[in-house]
Amino acid sequence: MSIGHTLLGLLESGPRHGYDLKRAFDEKFGHDKPLHYGQVYSTMSRLLKNGLVEVDGIEAGGGPERKRYAITDAGVTDVQRWLATPEKPEPYLQSTLYTKVVLALLTGRDAAELLDVQRAEHLRLMRILTDRKRKGDLADQLICDHALFHLEADLRWLELAAARLGKLAQEVRSA
Amino acid sequence: MSLDTRATAGAARPGPPGAGRTAPRGVRAWARDLAMGMRFAAGGREGWTRTILTAVGVGLGVALLLGAASVPELMERREDRSVARSAEDQFSGKKVDRSDSTVLQRDLTTDFRDMTVNGRVLRAEGSRPVLPPGLEKIPADGEMVVSPALRDLLDSSEGALLKERFGKYRVTGTIGDAGLIHPKELYYYAGSHALTPAKGGHRVAKFGYAQPGEPLDPLLVVLVVLACVVLLTPVIIFIGTAVRFGGDRRDRRLAALRLVGADAHTVRRIAAGESLSGALLGLAVGAIAFLGLRELFGMFDLTQVSAFPSDVVPLPGLALLILAAVPVTAVVVTLISLRAVSIEPLGVVRSSKPRRRRLWWRLVMPLLGLGILLAAGRVGGDMGPPVYAIGLGSTLTLVGLAALLPWLVEASVARLRGGGPVPWQLATRRLQLSSGTAARAVGGITVAVAGAVALQMMFGAMHDDFNRATDNDPGRAKLVVRADVGDGQLAERMIDKFRTTKGVKNVIGTVTTYAVRPGKMSADTLRPLTELTVASCANLRELARIGTCEDGDTFVVHTGNKRLNKWVDASARPGKQLDLNPVSWDEPGHRHVLWTLPADSRTVRARPDPGGEVHDGVYATPGAVDLSKLVDASTTAMVQVDPDVPDAEEYIRNTAAHVDPFLDVMTLHAVERDKQYATIHTGIQAGAMATMMLIAASMLVSMLEQLRERKRLLAALTAFGTRRGSMAWSVLWQTAIPVAIGLALAVAGGLGLGYVMVRMIQKSVTDWWMFVPLTVAGGVLVAVVTLLSLPPLWRMMRPEGLRTE
Amino acid sequence: MTPAGSLLTAHGLRKAYGPTTALDGAAFSIHPGEVVAVMGPSGSGKSTLLHCLAGIVRPDEGSITYDGRELTGMPDSALSALRRSEFGFVFQFGQLVPELTCVENVALPLRLNGARRKEAEATARTWMERLEVDDVAAKRPGEVSGGQGQRVAVARALATSPRVVFADEPTGALDSLNGERVMELLTDAARSTNAAVVLVTHETRVAAYSDREIVVRDGRSRDMERVI
Repeated sequence: MSIGHTLLGLLESGPRHGYDLKRAFDEKFGHDKPLHYGQVYSTMSRLLKNGLVEVDGIEAGGGPERKRYAITDAGVTDVQRWLATPEKPEPYLQSTLYTKVVLALLTGRDAAELLDVQRAEHLRLMRILTDRKRKGDLADQLICDHALFHLEADLRWLELAAARLGKLAQEVRSA
Repeated sequence: MSLDTRATAGAARPGPPGAGRTAPRGVRAWARDLAMGMRFAAGGREGWTRTILTAVGVGLGVALLLGAASVPELMERREDRSVARSAEDQFSGKKVDRSDSTVLQRDLTTDFRDMTVNGRVLRAEGSRPVLPPGLEKIPADGEMVVSPALRDLLDSSEGALLKERFGKYRVTGTIGDAGLIHPKELYYYAGSHALTPAKGGHRVAKFGYAQPGEPLDPLLVVLVVLACVVLLTPVIIFIGTAVRFGGDRRDRRLAALRLVGADAHTVRRIAAGESLSGALLGLAVGAIAFLGLRELFGMFDLTQVSAFPSDVVPLPGLALLILAAVPVTAVVVTLISLRAVSIEPLGVVRSSKPRRRRLWWRLVMPLLGLGILLAAGRVGGDMGPPVYAIGLGSTLTLVGLAALLPWLVEASVARLRGGGPVPWQLATRRLQLSSGTAARAVGGITVAVAGAVALQMMFGAMHDDFNRATDNDPGRAKLVVRADVGDGQLAERMIDKFRTTKGVKNVIGTVTTYAVRPGKMSADTLRPLTELTVASCANLRELARIGTCEDGDTFVVHTGNKRLNKWVDASARPGKQLDLNPVSWDEPGHRHVLWTLPADSRTVRARPDPGGEVHDGVYATPGAVDLSKLVDASTTAMVQVDPDVPDAEEYIRNTAAHVDPFLDVMTLHAVERDKQYATIHTGIQAGAMATMMLIAASMLVSMLEQLRERKRLLAALTAFGTRRGSMAWSVLWQTAIPVAIGLALAVAGGLGLGYVMVRMIQKSVTDWWMFVPLTVAGGVLVAVVTLLSLPPLWRMMRPEGLRTE
Repeated sequence: MTPAGSLLTAHGLRKAYGPTTALDGAAFSIHPGEVVAVMGPSGSGKSTLLHCLAGIVRPDEGSITYDGRELTGMPDSALSALRRSEFGFVFQFGQLVPELTCVENVALPLRLNGARRKEAEATARTWMERLEVDDVAAKRPGEVSGGQGQRVAVARALATSPRVVFADEPTGALDSLNGERVMELLTDAARSTNAAVVLVTHETRVAAYSDREIVVRDGRSRDMERVI
């Protein structure tokens, strides 16, 4: 999961203080694992360096946590590219996909499209595996089947998520 | 050892609640399971559909059985009312003296188109006349009291001509139900002062005389017994089929019960309970249908069958028998039908190799039946017909045929190897897989047709006994009007009136009287007497080959019979006298009317009149005899009708009524049918119709049930492009093959039964091809069932059936 | 509108059953020899789409072109003839005539097309061999396992050498091993005869046997090929 893209995405709705960013991240994606502020700081400086964010202003009283960041046009483009690129189908993708979906919803992008893209990517891989299985020996078949079952589980999750997008959008926006 | 301990341990262990109680056995188990089955019957849409199907089927059967059980009572009550309104002494010949309560009556029946209107003309002779039932007073002169049906007829436009006939009477009242045999009877009482004993009036002192009823001909008894068996056996078979409606689906539901722990016996009893509630509901439906149809009988006149609802009462014994037999049949049939099926927790297993049907007992039944009939001896002479042997023998034969059918269907379709076009293949394979269902559906038709073939053969053999070919020649005259008119001039006038009536082509009018040879004769010799017929030359020419003729001529007419010719010559002696008043000739005070037979009278040969009779004696033209002098003449008008004029007969009858209401009008028919025979024939036809409809209904139900069960398959077949026609044909074959086998068996069995029965009544089979129309009817039945199942078939072939949800 | 070289295309399909809208502007296209999976949640209209494409159900609106011919206006008899000769069908269950033997079932569409019984059954037997069910040829559908029955159904769908096979949840009633075997045999056979397969399924592992996927949601279709 890319924290940088996530934080960038959170900035899309408007400039925020570093501390606000951490709070928003924890609320929406942190769950049981809150972000260290140091991570925010280092990520933001990297983004700043790459020109994806800019400092919008500094509150009186100084201190890095008082810096207010705003996303640049390059930053928006970067988020867009990240969301539109399917993840390489691999195990335990859910948290990344979830983050992407929520961010898409938060930034008013088409979350369903995102899921469909991912779905197509999954199925593409499944086809390849199925094809390999048909041509391969028993060992190949067993290996492919293992992967296929995992991919199938992911796909089911994608389907479920797609079916529940409306509800998720409500929750995300109200939070 | 170890086994023992386990057993004790098991017994000691406190079981789950309820396990400690032993499961009920015997009667209690039966009662419990039947009750549970009855609850199932009322539960859910499936349960209801099945129960209602069964109930309607059983109900129809029960209604028919109740109807049949009511026939004896119906006949008796009709007879009672018929007796109550007839005059006490009409047939006793006793002379009744005139008194304050006597009534003069004369039966006066008239035909109207194909209807017969019975009635009587009455005239009270005193102030306290006796009354026939249904009348409040004797109608006064010119008044008429009519039955409701006759009143409706007279008021309708259809009855206008009849109203004209009764023109001189005013309708003043309605005959009460007590005075009518059945509600649609056309009957009237008319009052007329013109009625005198001389006009045929008969003096009555009391109404209600048990006239000796005609005992039913033993041949007809045989026929009635056979007809009852033939008509009712299919109904019973139908009830057996109705109880099985929806059985396949029920079995599947019962499997669910096995899953929760019911044992095989329990499930069977539950199934029996389900059928039982269908049957009980069917009894209720049947009773209601019976009561409803009873009312209908009172309202409609279906092929001359109408009855007062209150007359249609089943005999208590028979009604009880029906009430008891139907539920018992339901339970027994269900248990038998479940024999070949084992209901397992996960579904229904039909023994994949069904027990082959055994032939021997199926053959024994009809053979035993025929044997009983053959051993029963012959009907004839004074011995009453062996009613029980006929009943038992024919029942066994017919039921045996029904039992033989499943074996035959199975054996026949097993030979079909699935060749032929696709619809044929589908149908034969289907039949091979479950020939029982098909055979059961056709069982009824087999019995009905076999019985009907036998009945038809009986009819054919008995036909000549009950259909007397008359000598009547309707080609020359259609109606004969007779009047006992003592006045010859009046008679001529009557003939004139007919001539000018619409629709009359020709009238042969004659005035006849008897002429006696006068003079002294010894007391022990019969006084020669001959008939004198007076008519115009043209009319006489119709009755004898008279050659040249002009008014004033006379003839002596001979027939082919020499003895009779001698008798004619004894009185008709040209140049000698005859006395034209034949009444009480030798008694004192006789008024002679002497007339001389002209000496130039030629002797000619008679020819039959349109009524088929040959008249010999003396023929005279009006110029030769003074008609006004005749004392006891009667006038006959043989009226030839123009067949192109509709209602010509009615105009003639109206003219006759106009001339004199007491004229007798007879219609000539080439064949005269015995009335009882005709009634039985009508009854059998009506019964056969009802039975056929029942059979069609049951075949349709099983066909629809089968189609509904394969809704998904039908939709799949449509999907891969099966033509509707192919499916329709397969449905047709599926019905037609068993029906064809059933009909073949029915014809064979029917011919056998018919032959034995005909032999029993000592006749010979007149026509072995009587079964052809019946097999045609069977074909029509197949077509009708197929046609009626097509719309649902189309509906089920729609792709909606493919949807899984 | 019609993609070049496609055998069966549809666009703008609308179909309502009473108040329920089953299809709301769906589109579809398939090439010869292509296996296209139609996926989507239950009730999304995928079966209806298949029924419309196969000419079993007439859409309320839209057009369906098969081999240059417009299906929507065709009379029923022509559609039936098309289904008999050009299309093959496999359903989830309940499609085999229970009283016919398996080989007679496979021969049935051939015979409906007018083939003689002997020839039809000979062809049927070769297809049954191909689907490895020739040993149950003389049995009735009730006497064979679910997997065998479904393979008999596939053999029947292929027996007429159709140009399009419509398969509606063909493995729905089977376990995964049997299901995959059926899919393998079906797709192999279809590819070898260059038949197109329209495969409606809700199982992704079954859909993985396809070349392309279409997702139907709320009566609208989405070609997943063009997503990426």
